[in-house]
Amino acid sequence: MPLPDAERLCTVLADSMRPGLHPDTTLVGIHTGGVWVAERLHAALGLKTPLGCLDVSFYRDDFSRSGLHAQIKSSDMPFEVEDRPIVIVDDVLYTGRTIRAAMNEIFDYGRPARIDLSVLIDRGGRELPVCPRWTAQAMELGSDKNLQLERSEAGGLTLRLVDA
Amino acid sequence: MHNPQLNRNGALQHLLTIDGLPREILSDILDTAAPFTEVAEREVKKLPLLRGKSVFNLFFENSTRTRTTFEIAAKRLSADVINLNIGTSSASKGESLLDTVDNLCAMQADMFVVRHAVSGAPFLIAQHLAANGRDHIHVINAGDGRHAHPTQGLLDMYTIRHYKKDFTRLIVAIVGDVLHSRVARSQIGALTTLGVPEIRVIGPKTLIPADVDRLGVRVFHDMRAGLKDVDVVMMLRLQSERMQGALLPSPQEFFKYYGLTADKLCCARPDAIVMHPGPMNRGVEIDSAVADGQHAVILPQVTFGIAVRMAVMSMLAGT
Amino acid sequence: MKIHIKNGRLIDPANGTDAQREVFIAAGRIVGVGAAPQGFAANRVIDATGLVVCPGLIDLSARLREPGYEYKATLESEMAAAVAGGVTSLVCPPDTDPVLDEPGLVEMLKHRARNLASAHVYPLGALTVGLAGERLTEMAELYEAGCIAFSQANAQVTDTRVLLRALQYAATFGFKVWLQPEDPYLARDGVAHEGEVATRLGLPGIPVCAETIALSRLLVLVRETGVALHVRRISSAAGLEGIARAKDAGLPVTCDISINHLHLCEQDIGYFNPQARLIPPLRTSADREALRRGLADGTVDALCSDHTPVDDDAKQLPFGEAEPGATGLELLLPLTLKWADETQLPLGRTLARVTSDAARVLGIQAGHLAVGATADVCIFDPRGSFKVSPAVLRSQGKNTPFLGAELPGRVRYTLIDGHIAFENGR
Repeated sequence: MPLPDAERLCTVLADSMRPGLHPDTTLVGIHTGGVWVAERLHAALGLKTPLGCLDVSFYRDDFSRSGLHAQIKSSDMPFEVEDRPIVIVDDVLYTGRTIRAAMNEIFDYGRPARIDLSVLIDRGGRELPVCPRWTAQAMELGSDKNLQLERSEAGGLTLRLVDA
Repeated sequence: MHNPQLNRNGALQHLLTIDGLPREILSDILDTAAPFTEVAEREVKKLPLLRGKSVFNLFFENSTRTRTTFEIAAKRLSADVINLNIGTSSASKGESLLDTVDNLCAMQADMFVVRHAVSGAPFLIAQHLAANGRDHIHVINAGDGRHAHPTQGLLDMYTIRHYKKDFTRLIVAIVGDVLHSRVARSQIGALTTLGVPEIRVIGPKTLIPADVDRLGVRVFHDMRAGLKDVDVVMMLRLQSERMQGALLPSPQEFFKYYGLTADKLCCARPDAIVMHPGPMNRGVEIDSAVADGQHAVILPQVTFGIAVRMAVMSMLAGT
Repeated sequence: MKIHIKNGRLIDPANGTDAQREVFIAAGRIVGVGAAPQGFAANRVIDATGLVVCPGLIDLSARLREPGYEYKATLESEMAAAVAGGVTSLVCPPDTDPVLDEPGLVEMLKHRARNLASAHVYPLGALTVGLAGERLTEMAELYEAGCIAFSQANAQVTDTRVLLRALQYAATFGFKVWLQPEDPYLARDGVAHEGEVATRLGLPGIPVCAETIALSRLLVLVRETGVALHVRRISSAAGLEGIARAKDAGLPVTCDISINHLHLCEQDIGYFNPQARLIPPLRTSADREALRRGLADGTVDALCSDHTPVDDDAKQLPFGEAEPGATGLELLLPLTLKWADETQLPLGRTLARVTSDAARVLGIQAGHLAVGATADVCIFDPRGSFKVSPAVLRSQGKNTPFLGAELPGRVRYTLIDGHIAFENGR
């Protein structure tokens, strides 16, 4: 199956988001792929608000089963969350559990005005009632596959399909 | 001999001592602690990792300060924390250490944080849990006798790494009552494992344990010589009871020869950092001018200590 | 009862025998070795094919825990352990409760032991009342009651004048004194050898000089008083050197070591194993090598079990709080054989240290199998082996650092006064 071009999807996503933005809208990318996408969107949309990033490892619901993963990054939220419109940015939306963890974490920084979700790819397979406001592309993938966003040394983004 | 701290997969099951732990595990703990430091700056200083878990602070020896740091760490991880000051309850009624442990197991404990006046007590507890099929309960040594205080050793390593980045080109001096110090033993274990090329201990012969050079340290009795070109000065607390038992003549004489003053600190490197596990005896092992001076990183140690303990608790709970 | 032990390999160190020989027993004594006496008709023939026949072992230190510590062990349990271990004579130190400092207590102990018709018990009387190091016991009376010598067990006589007088008094009657050299000030609060392991584990140390200083003091007093001294449980190379010099100088001194110190050293404490908490402490591997050489060349006269049954409640504690001591009656022979295996010494020479040499220290007619000797015999399978576990130990004390170890030697028969006191067919 030919995979869509990630760079083009970023442009599509930025275009679809532009009309719905508020001057205070703040992007928060989820480590690691979501942060790359958020950086693209931040530039494309010419946002003046700072960019946030979250590592949701501390909020994952599978901690008691699989423990802490190595190489946890610090979350960085260089702004007041209180009353701010926030857009969570991720590369691939699947079960929705990561988004739930991200929302929990955001609320530990304060009470945002609203939270929206923007993703490059919605691959279906939801296990929680999570629905993105913006999606660059939807596709159906079997549970035996994982879709990953990768970044080359030059900074180019590509999608790759791997076995789960 | 199987290291009772590690499970069959070589992952950390208990944290009892730094001795015998591989470098990767120590680095893992320090790496994991880093993102926890950021939690303290949030509106809600809480993570859900230990939600629903019961952490028992089992303190057979009183220490409000250490108990509090573990309590804060566990609470920031959303655990239920139960503080037991055994020194004042069951032990005085003649209940044995292991009976106490069995009782608390029956209360569905998930983790014991143990402070005990006798070296090796946390090992006994860990071995007892293993022998009774209670491997899911984790034990953290919060200081046993003169033996070990591994979380203190780790937070000291975190502090050194924070300020000095690379362990492999440092000279580190540990000063004072090494003989009675569990902190010193954990520091020596951690520094050697992390590859510090030169570790010195400085003190009078009465406070330096036998054959300590076998642990990989150089012994100095002259403080100025021992501090020469040092990058990190780790001061130890001197208990006032050391004046009994003919170990030292007086706090005054100790301070004159082994207390850290600005003058003696001049022998160290200009960018040296000064550490102390607390609580400090100003004017006994350290001069106020140094304790409050620009080289001191004593308060950051305390802050890092919370993050390191959160990291250790999370890693144990996840195995 | 007339017993014929046939086809066995007789090892009788005192008589230099190590050969296949028949042994004939009647009326509690050896009546023939090699050839049967005229008209001998056995009621019982023991086929010792493949087995070693040797004098019953003499253990220079075994605590039976009676009176006073019956919750740790009883005479019944420990005497059963003794014969199961091939031990036919044992010396019990006076640190019972009450202390063996009154003739009545000694008579009672002897009487109880006799009624069990088991191993011969040789009590050590207390040198000072209550082992407190202050007043002399009625040594002559205690001797009459059955004490073989006088001791302080692990306790010390701190007051040197009391010690001098106690030794003078014992020397008056020609009594031997058995003491353990440990300076009480240097050993105070100590729980392990002062060295690398204690430093690493943060255990309060007992320096070697605690032993050498106390030993020097004892040896000066031996010279002064002429008393015959048996030094219990030497633990260090330096201490052993002191013994060697004293022997060279012709002083009336003997010494022993324990099976634990023959095989173990400070590293065996491992992760605070309370089973390795012993008095004196396990020292360095260099010390252990010196003790092994000393035992081989005879500087160390005898090897003993230092049998000390301890109940779980007193052992399952942090290392420094655990009660010191290890069970050993059933391990004396296996650990002697293990030493023999490891050093490639002739079996006769190694067995001497637990038979004829121990008898010499005690000054008793035992520990050999010449015609006329008391028929105290141990018959064991040198190729048999067993794994040390609480279940196989008959002693009430299951406490030993050798738990889990595979040890050589299975006792098949133990004969005491010509009677079969223990029999293990397979």
